[in-house]
Amino acid sequence: MRNLLNVLVIVLSAALGLVLIGVILESPSPARVRLPEEVLMQIGASGVTHPVTAVLLNFRGYDTLLEVMVLLLALLGVLAQMGKQKRENPPAGFYLTEPRMQVLLWLARVLVPLMVLVAGYLLWAGGHQPGGAFQAGAVLAAAGVLLNLSGLLPSWMEPAWNLRAGLVSGLLVFLLIAAAVMMTASPGLLLQYPPASAGMLILLVETGLTLSLGLILAGLFLFLSGDAIDDEADK
Amino acid sequence: MSGALIYACAGAVLFVFGVTGLILLPHLLRKILAFNIMGSGVFLVLVGLGQRDGTPDPVPQAMVLTGIVVAVAATALALALVRRLLSLTGKIQFPEEPEGSGRCWKNK
Amino acid sequence: MSSLILDLLLVIALLWSALRSLMTRDLFRAVVLFIVFGLLMALVWARLHAPDIALAEAAIGAGLTGALLLDTVGYLRKKQQESFP
Repeated sequence: MRNLLNVLVIVLSAALGLVLIGVILESPSPARVRLPEEVLMQIGASGVTHPVTAVLLNFRGYDTLLEVMVLLLALLGVLAQMGKQKRENPPAGFYLTEPRMQVLLWLARVLVPLMVLVAGYLLWAGGHQPGGAFQAGAVLAAAGVLLNLSGLLPSWMEPAWNLRAGLVSGLLVFLLIAAAVMMTASPGLLLQYPPASAGMLILLVETGLTLSLGLILAGLFLFLSGDAIDDEADK
Repeated sequence: MSGALIYACAGAVLFVFGVTGLILLPHLLRKILAFNIMGSGVFLVLVGLGQRDGTPDPVPQAMVLTGIVVAVAATALALALVRRLLSLTGKIQFPEEPEGSGRCWKNK
Repeated sequence: MSSLILDLLLVIALLWSALRSLMTRDLFRAVVLFIVFGLLMALVWARLHAPDIALAEAAIGAGLTGALLLDTVGYLRKKQQESFP
């Protein structure tokens, strides 16, 4: 009976796949509204010259705001699942004796400052070429993961006040700028940057987002990797 | 048949792989892998369809960028829940209901 | 013509790595194949003229998700070794 159900699921999924491919191949070209041209027409008023960054942080800035909230919510969910365990990391001397760990240590020490530099460059370059806050935050998170894997940064347990401040700072900067713009320049409209200062506002928001996103994404890994095996403590 | 359309069809096939894997695979970690593959298929369809006539479309690209970041957050939350389920029940599958019980609730 | 062949090869590699990732018996191999799938997706995004997504997919989709999954696989293995010594 189980095998029959499995075969039925596979047959139905194959039918769904064929229907989807048929729909994709048959769908007509969009007639009147052409989004790339609309974006290119308005890009002068957006403050940046790269279309994807303009869409992400100006035209659809509301989506980005909600996305940062969703990320924080996921991090809170991860924190809620981890019990209160004591620190279980082995002492650093353990790592220095093994030859392969020495290569990893050396690599981490050389690469992480370079990664911070690359993140800063990606943040600045997002205005006029591919880059931006998300890529820079991802590189910072990767630097954090590399530091943790080579033993230089212990896994995070319960976030202290400075980590909490860093985690929410991106969202707070975004909300403050949105509130300031809504109260002064364009009353009643959410996230309508005035075209004169849009570039500077977008850069401020992106800086806060980079820091926050790097901490959140690194935290998603670092809070999970500190999970101890003996978890009778939280039963 | 432009290149973008080939990728959109590949995205549909990936979506179907993901849905089948999500339904059929019992191990929770494989369900998470299938869910991620499903998400990647959807992103391919979004960007591939928008680029059907050759010009890159920045609006679906921004949406997919948002989607990738949200997908990794959802994966992390799902992995935390898998660890919690493991520590509570000792196995990495959904708890089996007794066959034919037909009840919508469980008497405590 | 040659770009179409490149697209077809990439699509075949993508679908094959996704299929093998879902169907292989060993969990560690499945996660490694998933990371390969993520990197091939980064190539696909580069072919689709979407370099922002390629950067994000390589760093977040393949890198961070792969690290998370590998960490969980290691945790599961340690846990299994504890309960069945």
